[in-house]
Amino acid sequence: MIWETIRLALRSVRRNALRSFLTLLGIVIGVAAVIAMLTIGSGTTEKVKADIAKLGSNLLVVRAGRPAGPGGHDAATRQLGEKELSALDLRLTGARAIAPASQKQVRVIYGTESLTAGVTGTDAAFLDARDWKLVSGRAFTESETRGGAGVCLIGETVRQQFFGAGDPDGELIRVNRTTCKIIGLLEPKGYTGFGQDQDNVVLMPLTAFQRRIAGNRDIDNIYVAADDATPTTELLPRVENILRDVRRIQPDREDDFAIRDMTQIAETMTSATATMTGMLGAVAGVSLLVGGIGIMNIMLVSVTERTREIGIRLAIGAQEKHILIQFLVEATVLSLLGGIIGILLGLSLAGLASATLAIPFVPSPAVIMLAVGFSALIGMVFGFFPALRGARLDPIDALRHE
Amino acid sequence: MAAGPLLITFDKVWKTYGEGEAQVHALAGVDLAIRRGEFVAIMGPSGSGKSTSMNVIGCLDTPTAGTYSFMGVDAGRLDRNRRALLRNLYIGFVFQGYNLLPRTTAAENVELPLIYRGVPAGQRRALAMNALAEVGLKGREHHTPAELSGGQQQRVAIARAIVTRPTLVVADEPTGNLDTARSHEIMELLTQLNVDLGLTIVMVTHEVDVATYAQRTIGFLDGHVASDTRNPRQAVAP
Repeated sequence: MIWETIRLALRSVRRNALRSFLTLLGIVIGVAAVIAMLTIGSGTTEKVKADIAKLGSNLLVVRAGRPAGPGGHDAATRQLGEKELSALDLRLTGARAIAPASQKQVRVIYGTESLTAGVTGTDAAFLDARDWKLVSGRAFTESETRGGAGVCLIGETVRQQFFGAGDPDGELIRVNRTTCKIIGLLEPKGYTGFGQDQDNVVLMPLTAFQRRIAGNRDIDNIYVAADDATPTTELLPRVENILRDVRRIQPDREDDFAIRDMTQIAETMTSATATMTGMLGAVAGVSLLVGGIGIMNIMLVSVTERTREIGIRLAIGAQEKHILIQFLVEATVLSLLGGIIGILLGLSLAGLASATLAIPFVPSPAVIMLAVGFSALIGMVFGFFPALRGARLDPIDALRHE
Repeated sequence: MAAGPLLITFDKVWKTYGEGEAQVHALAGVDLAIRRGEFVAIMGPSGSGKSTSMNVIGCLDTPTAGTYSFMGVDAGRLDRNRRALLRNLYIGFVFQGYNLLPRTTAAENVELPLIYRGVPAGQRRALAMNALAEVGLKGREHHTPAELSGGQQQRVAIARAIVTRPTLVVADEPTGNLDTARSHEIMELLTQLNVDLGLTIVMVTHEVDVATYAQRTIGFLDGHVASDTRNPRQAVAP
């Protein structure tokens, strides 16, 4: 009986192919929008999480200047230097690694090839702080860091540019006007969420960077990585206290440095993305409602058009429930069909967007199941009133209907 | 054919439409009895109550007052769904306008009442084929109504009415849309079914020569039974 009804419904959908398609369109667009939004949304969340993880987890970043909004800092303020770094090294508890880092975009030359890379002056703790591993070679030794030796570690992009598939170990490159020997290759990290290539880098000992490239003794950033037992929220005030003390800031004055908690930023960005995804999904959900109303409309038309058919069915012994089920199944089949097309379309759109935006494609089976269930539900809910209207018809009146 | 036990009885049946001044009595205290196996023609001018009485007989409508009993059941007091069940089990319908489902094959149209009976698909198909053969439409099973002539469409409708082997067939001007030759063919078919299957047939018509196929003619006038006569039996075509 139910198979009979489904077959009948499919036939009726096929018979009015154009009309069915136009009715479906509402559901198709609604479901496609929801699926695409949620899939792209979870892809973005994954991407943000991965980006933050690449920066290093449980990481605090200290820089000079008052916290003047995201990214900005006041150049006129006192820079960080050796004094702050050694104070943290000596006094801070709960840190796994503390590393200085000063950066500059510098021309790097090997033979006849050249490129502009982000050159960072740092020490051996940097790799630990940033959770960055070496593919080959070794990190700086203590004496290389202190003495400012002409050695460096290079990123994957630099290797490819200069050496293709070859081994860079022991080769000499020119960074600005100084020569340094490659002692190791960094593991690739890919691009950040802002499109910055994290592998187009050269790391060298801080003292070498300060002396030969920056020409000063400043430290741009100090990375502080918390150990496993210490949450960054606990570590942050300790870092702040030590720095205030060492920079002799009066209790009534504000900090002249800023500490960014990468874990917090990660959480904020993740939840912001999730909120955004949810909101866009909700907006898309409204179009599902509109699609449902479209189904109700077309089912009312269908019931009216087929009044005589209903009359015949009632006369030859169909009960109310038979007519009700027939039209309910028809509405459900219609919206389910729309839902399935919508899911395919939504996933294609999300796949396309993932490829274009370089974010992971994360189709969620739960979301797909939900979309299937929801579109079936829409058919039942919005098909119920028209179906009931058909089922309640008087057979004599219905048979007289022209 | 010998009259069987009582199938249909009207006991002071009233059917009233409207209220107050505009009140109309379509049936005004009708008493009537039809036995199993009878072939009855109901005649009368429009507004005489013949259509209303046919709707009551077919359990499509209920009396306002009085008792309508069908097979000993007080059918006038059953609810919608029970009457639907009664129709499905015991009554077949033939209409003036055939009332076949469009774009649906003859076989599928004939199967329809069996679907609501819950007969399995295979058995349904076999019964429908058999019924179509009985009305002389062998070979036309997969034609849609649009591909059939009026007479053939009415034969499909008759097959649909008898496929459930009902006790009663209610026919509402079954020849109203057909020419004379086709009308006689349809009437011969109905007469044959009446004889062969022992089918009780109640037919509304306004054509006297169509009514002569019936054994009995009941004349309605102003909501009353005005005449009730027996007809000499016509020869059934072999």
